[in-house]
Amino acid sequence: MSEPENIAQKKQVLEVALLTSRQPLSLDDMQKMFVDRIERATLRMLLDELKQDWEERTMELVQVATGYRFQARTEYVTFLARLNPEKQPKYSRAVMETLAIIAYRQPVTRGDIEEIRGVAVNPNVMRQLQERDWVDIVGQREVPGRPSLYATTKHFLNDLNLRSLAELPAMEDFVKTEIQLDL
Amino acid sequence: MCSQNLRDIKPYMQTQATLDARIHGEAFTQAPHDLYIPPDALEIYLDAFEGPLDLLLYLIRKHNLDVLDIPMADLTRQYMLYMEKMKAIKLELAGDYLLMSAMLIEIKSRMLLPKPVEIESEDDPRAELVRRLIEYESIKLAAQHLDEMPKVGEDIAVASAYYQHISDVKPPEVSLDDLTEAWRNVLKRVIHFKHHKVGKAELSVREHMSIILRRLQVDSFLEFSQLFDVTKDGIPKLVVCFLAVLELAREGLLRMTQQAPFSPIYVQLNSCE
Repeated sequence: MSEPENIAQKKQVLEVALLTSRQPLSLDDMQKMFVDRIERATLRMLLDELKQDWEERTMELVQVATGYRFQARTEYVTFLARLNPEKQPKYSRAVMETLAIIAYRQPVTRGDIEEIRGVAVNPNVMRQLQERDWVDIVGQREVPGRPSLYATTKHFLNDLNLRSLAELPAMEDFVKTEIQLDL
Repeated sequence: MCSQNLRDIKPYMQTQATLDARIHGEAFTQAPHDLYIPPDALEIYLDAFEGPLDLLLYLIRKHNLDVLDIPMADLTRQYMLYMEKMKAIKLELAGDYLLMSAMLIEIKSRMLLPKPVEIESEDDPRAELVRRLIEYESIKLAAQHLDEMPKVGEDIAVASAYYQHISDVKPPEVSLDDLTEAWRNVLKRVIHFKHHKVGKAELSVREHMSIILRRLQVDSFLEFSQLFDVTKDGIPKLVVCFLAVLELAREGLLRMTQQAPFSPIYVQLNSCE
């Protein structure tokens, strides 16, 4: 195929790239595919069109932290799950609570996590989160011992279908009624 | 899940028949059941809660307990019992629970102490615990929310249509000159590896028989080794020469004599006389 000349052909190139890419495609990635310079605004417009083109189809174009990707519409996931009946093991509450603390309070040290949860952080918990590439070390706090500072990764956002942390519900939404400690 | 486990634990009934206690002016006859978990149930208890904050939160939310208004002495005794058990089970957790009980007792004792009026406005000793409980509770709920969110690999299926990957690396271009040069190099090197072809030696046994006979006409008596020129002749020629000697001997044209074993062999024409 020769270089796409009109906008319709460019849209097709975008479509095939998005359908075959294993990682979300960023606007930078998309620009690389065209010899002629294509404006980011044009790309966004084409992506919008693509989204509309696929409105009635089984896949949808979504934007996540590192770019755009096609994914199955949620209503079909039940069927897809039957292809792989082995359920992914659930993370323990300790893992999820640690993840929540890192997501909402990042960058945090292990000490911060222990302070909030009231129990020592099991090294295994941090390892699981790092192996999943949901959490990594972004630096050290300049206090004695220079403890590592943990933060969530873009991969975490991608996996949770988020564009940014701001899309997580606000922490205040989780605060229940006041706690009365009567003495 | 945690409340499920808790329900399985039989509430520990206080053995004392009566409890003379008054709380906010009301007679108080029964200890709050949930606080008294038999040490035997400790393993379930530990699994059900993520820590002392989690336990405290559970007690508050489930029964609207006046958490700090419980008999501290009893609570401490219970805790110490747990500690003993924990030593055998999960020592690292024991410290966390012990710390919490110490904190509760400290708050309680500070509340009991009469406060000088002028510093009445001082921070409520409970405030810090309340702050921690609220923070922990919101994190706990946030964790549940994260857990329920759809995730790639579980509830999100990402498109990954197959395509035949073409190698990104372009094959380098080759000119005719490059090719010629390469061929020359090959030829140059080939010389070094040239095989020494061993052709079929055009040696005839018959011809050598004649040569030997001719020599014997001249010398009439030769030592066997004199027939072979080891320095000049190659192995094929020596072999052919040997075969010629044998053939001559077989045909009775030549006689070989030896005086004693390992002594020189002499060759001479077999004269007919």
